[in-house]
Amino acid sequence: MPVPSSDPQADESSAAAASATAAALLVAETLADEDVVKKKLGFGFYISAGWVVLISLTALLAPFLPLQKYDKTNLVPQRLDPFQKYYVAHDYDPESDLDSTKSFEYVNECQDHLEDRGGFAEGLRYCSNQVAVLGADSLGRDILSRVVWGARVSLIVGLGAVTLGMLLGGSIGIIAGYFRGRTETALMGIMDILLAFPALLLALAIVTFADNHSIPVVVAAIGLVGIPPVARLIRANTLVYSQREFVLAARTLGASNKRVIVREVLPNVALPGVSFAVIGIAIAIVAEGGLAFLGLSVDPPTPTWGGMINDGRNFLEDAPHITFVPAAVMVITVLALNFAGDRLRSLFDVKEGAL
Amino acid sequence: MSRKVITTDEGAPSADAGPLLEVTDLKTHFRTDKGRVRAVDGVTFTLGRGKTLGVVGESGSGKTILSRSIMGLLPRHNVIREGSVRYDGREISDYSEDQMRAIWGSEMAMVFQDPMTSLNPVLKIGRQITESLRQHLHMDKDEATETAIALLSSVGIPEPSVRIDEFPHQLSGGMRQRVTIAIALACGPKLLFADEPTTALDVTVQAQILNLLQKQQRERHMAMILVTHDLGVVAGRTDEIAVMYGGQVVEKAPTPVLFAKMKMPYTEALMNSIPKLESPSHTRLEVIAGRPPDLVNPPKGCKFAPRCRYAQPKCFEHEPPLVQGEDEGHYFRCWFPVGTPEGQFALKRNDEIRAKQTAASAAGGGA
Repeated sequence: MPVPSSDPQADESSAAAASATAAALLVAETLADEDVVKKKLGFGFYISAGWVVLISLTALLAPFLPLQKYDKTNLVPQRLDPFQKYYVAHDYDPESDLDSTKSFEYVNECQDHLEDRGGFAEGLRYCSNQVAVLGADSLGRDILSRVVWGARVSLIVGLGAVTLGMLLGGSIGIIAGYFRGRTETALMGIMDILLAFPALLLALAIVTFADNHSIPVVVAAIGLVGIPPVARLIRANTLVYSQREFVLAARTLGASNKRVIVREVLPNVALPGVSFAVIGIAIAIVAEGGLAFLGLSVDPPTPTWGGMINDGRNFLEDAPHITFVPAAVMVITVLALNFAGDRLRSLFDVKEGAL
Repeated sequence: MSRKVITTDEGAPSADAGPLLEVTDLKTHFRTDKGRVRAVDGVTFTLGRGKTLGVVGESGSGKTILSRSIMGLLPRHNVIREGSVRYDGREISDYSEDQMRAIWGSEMAMVFQDPMTSLNPVLKIGRQITESLRQHLHMDKDEATETAIALLSSVGIPEPSVRIDEFPHQLSGGMRQRVTIAIALACGPKLLFADEPTTALDVTVQAQILNLLQKQQRERHMAMILVTHDLGVVAGRTDEIAVMYGGQVVEKAPTPVLFAKMKMPYTEALMNSIPKLESPSHTRLEVIAGRPPDLVNPPKGCKFAPRCRYAQPKCFEHEPPLVQGEDEGHYFRCWFPVGTPEGQFALKRNDEIRAKQTAASAAGGGA
């Protein structure tokens, strides 16, 4: 067929095939390699993504990790500094798990502790010593364990709220942007009213008036607050894409409105939506932290990062690590999510630009 | 051909049951804050099965709105659509969008101007073709993919089984337009609208795409409405040409008649604006002075009069009706048609007036 190949790649490959020698092939390949601009996410992205993956994995696998229970208290000494040694009383013989070369002093110390606490009376006949890597809070609960378990709440709330916001806000935005007219006026009017409330206050009000402080309630509160911005973003993008000719082209092929929305508009607005969602998770985590700090997130003893920060508030002078450890984890997580989201967004932008 | 593509053979039984498309006094007006825009103002034509109509006109002459109006693609809101559109014996001008949906794709299809925007950037090419195959022809996935590959190869895309998994941005402009043509042809429409299908393409690719459209049209016995601003595009490829100006058809004739005996000064002006091979290089292109008419408050009389070399006082007062010329099927709207004694007279008179004015201004400048 007399079709001029206008694709440079096709030209290249056919030229390469034509060249008989392997050397020529090699040259062609190296040239191609040098000429290709590879889109890079960058070192920072992988560090950020790595941190997010680490947090997610530890949160997911928390029950299987060799951690103290998050609500278990050490009686003596209660508050621990990072890396401080402490004794744990057991009602079983930990010796089978322990190194047989344990020193005499250690056994003695341990016995003293048990007696001091009247451990025998409580059936605690054995003890072992452990190191609290990140210390323990004012009630003697292991901070490492609490941070890991707290990540569960943060991530569930972050993902849940963003999913809720994306599903509802995205649907509202896409419907408003596609159908325009009165539908748009009504839907976006409601969104504007919701936007008029200060976000955290609205979430506070919802949690306060809910009869329990369970994870679904917190997710609903933060997710609801997230609906209007998502709706506005998706509507703006829908407005752009539904004016594009391919939407008209789909209609000339007999596609129904539902089909046009799902097959033509949605895949296009999903890209900016996804990068916004990653940043949205960060925002939701901070919002949950805010609610927890005010004691309006999930009820104790379930640990949350915000709640842990609040717990340590009174001991900032003596034991700053109680506050700083969860705060640092939260800051790093939010930063990593923001950075990763930003990199993803710019990656998608380049793709758009190439079109 | 052994392809599994649905061709217009199905439509063969009704082949001699009258013309495929009859448009009668079609008006499409838009309500705007400036007033009523008469984008299409009383257009009448018929199109036989397998025939090609070229619609020619400059930007803003209503040619795109005409094709979209016939297809019923315009928004319902603030659009006034009057007149009759009969497709295959059915009056479709008052069809609802749901009723039209059965016609779109399987009966009528459209190829758009810019293949950069008329393909969905995030869907693979294969998906975009199989979509309507599965919807209209109820094919299963494998069958649709097979048909899509056959379609792509029929529009001259090399390695169609590879291309099917590529995204639009991986193809060149010409290839993309071939894909949009394949998509439009997928369900074997009887009527294809090609809305400036080559305007956004490289000149070297334009002829290929036009030849492709022509070939497909002939193979499928499909009628086509080729909308363009370029008389050169429609010259050898249409049976009939309608020249549009200000929302009206100002001249309509079988293609050979139009080029041999054009009557409308606007057609002549369009023709003169095409660069000619035989003229020496650096010849200035002839332009049509002035701007297309205001469609909100169209001028009284002939709409082209303000820009016309032939214009006489009568032209500014009375709108010329669409009259038949000496050849069959040749219609035009002009009081002083090109190549007639009236026309000659008008041209001469205008030349004299201009000469006088020039002399007067020269004299005035001298004094």
